[in-house]
Amino acid sequence: MKKLKIALAGNPNSGKSTVFNALTGARQHVANYPGVTVEKKYGEVEYKECNILVVDLPGIYSLTAYSIEEIVARDFILNEKPDFVIDIVDASNLERNLYLTVQLLEMGAPVIIALNMMDLASSRGMIIDHEKLSELMGIPVVPMIARANKGIDKLLDTIVEFGCEGKKEWKPLVISYGMDIDDAIREIEELIKDSNIVKRYPTRWLAIKYIEQDTQILELLKKDSQLFEKMQDIYERLQNHVLNTLDEDPEAIIADHRYGYIAGITRKVVKRKVEERLNLSDKIDKVLTNRILGPALMLFIIYFAYKFTFRVSETPTQWLENIFSYMKQVACLFLPDGILRSLVVSGIIDGVGSVVGFVPLIMVMFFFIAILEDSGYMARIAYMMDRVLRWFGLHGNSILALIVSGGISGGCAVPGVFATRTLRGEKERIATILITPFMNCGAKLPVYAMLIGAFFYKDKARILLLLTMMSWGFSLIAAKLLRVTVLKGPSSPFVMELPPYRLPTVKGLAIHTWERTWQYLKKAGTIILGFSVLMWALMTFPGLSKKDLQSFETKRSSIFNELLKADSSKRWIKSAKDIEELNTLYARYSQLMEKGDKIAIEEMKKSRFFPLIEGAYYLENGLDKSKFKSLPDELKKVVQAYVEFRKKMQLLKKEKELVKINKTFAGYFAKKMEYITEPLGFDYRVNIALIGGFAAKEVILSTLATAYSIGSEKKGLSLSERLRNDPSWDKGKAFALMVFIMLYVPCMATVASIVKETSWRWAIFSICFNLLFAYTISFAILNLSRLL
Amino acid sequence: MKRIINMRQMSVNQKGVIKKVSAKGEMGRRIREMGLVPETPIQIQGRAPLKDPVAVKVRDFVLTLRNNEANYIMVEVDIEEDQNEKA
Repeated sequence: MKKLKIALAGNPNSGKSTVFNALTGARQHVANYPGVTVEKKYGEVEYKECNILVVDLPGIYSLTAYSIEEIVARDFILNEKPDFVIDIVDASNLERNLYLTVQLLEMGAPVIIALNMMDLASSRGMIIDHEKLSELMGIPVVPMIARANKGIDKLLDTIVEFGCEGKKEWKPLVISYGMDIDDAIREIEELIKDSNIVKRYPTRWLAIKYIEQDTQILELLKKDSQLFEKMQDIYERLQNHVLNTLDEDPEAIIADHRYGYIAGITRKVVKRKVEERLNLSDKIDKVLTNRILGPALMLFIIYFAYKFTFRVSETPTQWLENIFSYMKQVACLFLPDGILRSLVVSGIIDGVGSVVGFVPLIMVMFFFIAILEDSGYMARIAYMMDRVLRWFGLHGNSILALIVSGGISGGCAVPGVFATRTLRGEKERIATILITPFMNCGAKLPVYAMLIGAFFYKDKARILLLLTMMSWGFSLIAAKLLRVTVLKGPSSPFVMELPPYRLPTVKGLAIHTWERTWQYLKKAGTIILGFSVLMWALMTFPGLSKKDLQSFETKRSSIFNELLKADSSKRWIKSAKDIEELNTLYARYSQLMEKGDKIAIEEMKKSRFFPLIEGAYYLENGLDKSKFKSLPDELKKVVQAYVEFRKKMQLLKKEKELVKINKTFAGYFAKKMEYITEPLGFDYRVNIALIGGFAAKEVILSTLATAYSIGSEKKGLSLSERLRNDPSWDKGKAFALMVFIMLYVPCMATVASIVKETSWRWAIFSICFNLLFAYTISFAILNLSRLL
Repeated sequence: MKRIINMRQMSVNQKGVIKKVSAKGEMGRRIREMGLVPETPIQIQGRAPLKDPVAVKVRDFVLTLRNNEANYIMVEVDIEEDQNEKA
């Protein structure tokens, strides 16, 4: 079986991925090109006794050394020497697409043109003579409509035909760039031929790239300093000459001539039936990017996408949560109480759960991003928002990441970080990534709700709106701050195509969604698992000492003894074993009462403890007082003692939890951190919640509740009420804490995503920068509130 | 009557022919590789809500440019048409 290797090249939006998907189907693999974050997609096809390896190169407009994508594509073609380069050309946009084709041909690549979107071209009144195009360019041309799977077989036939029979030779295309440049090219070519520095690349191409002052080629040629000096002389002479005569750089003249060459071809190949009018896409744009209607519709679409995402992902997220809590129960059944169980349950299952729990949300979000991207609307959002975001050193394309992260309260920074992939300027992209954690993600909302309930219950909605506005404000200010300091640099150009609106295909959406979700699971997942085991260790070890355990044991037995003593007649409770049985039955009874399961309760009445249990339940919950009063005096005393016992046991349990967490590394840090957090008014209890919040923001609320449940004798108070009654708390401190939580640190899932999308260095920077930023702002807020 | 003006000064729907692109470096390359080279006919398609960036129809597709990028592009326009637009 003959093996062939082909590469797919083409402009963005030329339908390249559609062709790739049509060729390879589900047999795709994704990897990164060595050393860079550009994705390398490849797949295999078997066709007519041929095994064809298809490599999808990144979408590019040109073959300069300015962007990583272009370098990757160029290096692949030059170094890996694929048997064919399939150049996907958008027929409805022939001239610009052929600009890349011409450059591929100049490089001497064996190009086959896949003339895609023939349907769109003809609907726009263009008649394209593909045979003429093939004849003029001297290479095979296959017309196709990849979306409708038309022309794919013809393309494969062509590949196999030329690949197996080898009946054609590809020679580098020679374009004339005018006398001056042609002469210089020839001179440089001679120099390169004489030196043996680069043998692998076509000499004319090297000469042209040198005149274009291509950085990568310059580096290559510099290795032979003698040769390089001679070439520089030629270049300077040429540059002076063309600047004087034509007032242009040689590079600009080369681009002009390429387009001139292309125009010569298209004049002969394309016939237009009608004079160009507004096409459908232009008409849609008149509405969707209208000055007033445009932004309004944009807000509506984004709001809808956001609502839909959270609505749709809610149920599967719940399922996953149930599955993980079931797994925890199973683990508890099979593992004895101890370190191993704790590691499996709190470390591993919770850790994996936090990764997998995000999957439905991320999938739906990616699905929406795919719709916005594939339809072409994403480019319009960027176009409309660019002016505003540029004030803060961001780019039009930053908008989506910010919305996904919680711009309308309730998003998630994890898909937000991934959504920055649409940004091409590296500094703008990193700045966007770094501010995504400032948005009010869904996990921060419950903490806000609790604090608002405690201190701002009168204007709930207004405070929440204020917090949303503050998160936008702070993140934009932070972006500006980053862009004038560590990420200083000019804004990247907004020379961007507004692709025609297209109806996304189901296949395309499915592939785009799955691809990204899988990457999240694979890469971020492993890091998060490591992190959560680490967090678990911090919040578990070293744990209670023998002495602590003993003192709790003593307290426990004294509470037991009190109850035993209370029943002086020993009619009801005779031993500690009775108490255990009583507790189990009581738990079951209160469960049944809540469910209202009368039959099962009737069954329970057989137990000798029943009157005691019933009485205690009614007393504890303050139900039907007459029922308690009607009990015999002796039993009344025991019931009262048992209720007292339950209260004490609960308090002891809470105290043990608190001591336990204080005796861990996390607790130790929290105490030490009081020196730093004291100016903000945060004590060790808040600190420990904040440490927990690094694992996941949801943890803040539950940890705060544990930490504040101790030492308060008043029963049944909610956390909100406790904080309100605590004299060390006031509105200013509560607000400062909310802002601190908004800004302080990305959760570990986000950190993992930042690592994946940038580097460890930036992830650590993000943690430090956010902490500092949060501290400064909260400190300012607290002190301002003191002044007012 | 023909007149050469800056692309930034063009109004929506106005047509013209590019005469000179003076941008250098990466920006110049990005502008040229998208087909904005001398003698190319263009038409202003629209402007973003805050008047910047601008959308330009060129060679069968729509391209966006910021105003400070459009500054580097000189376009020949019909002067009557220009006045009509203003009126």
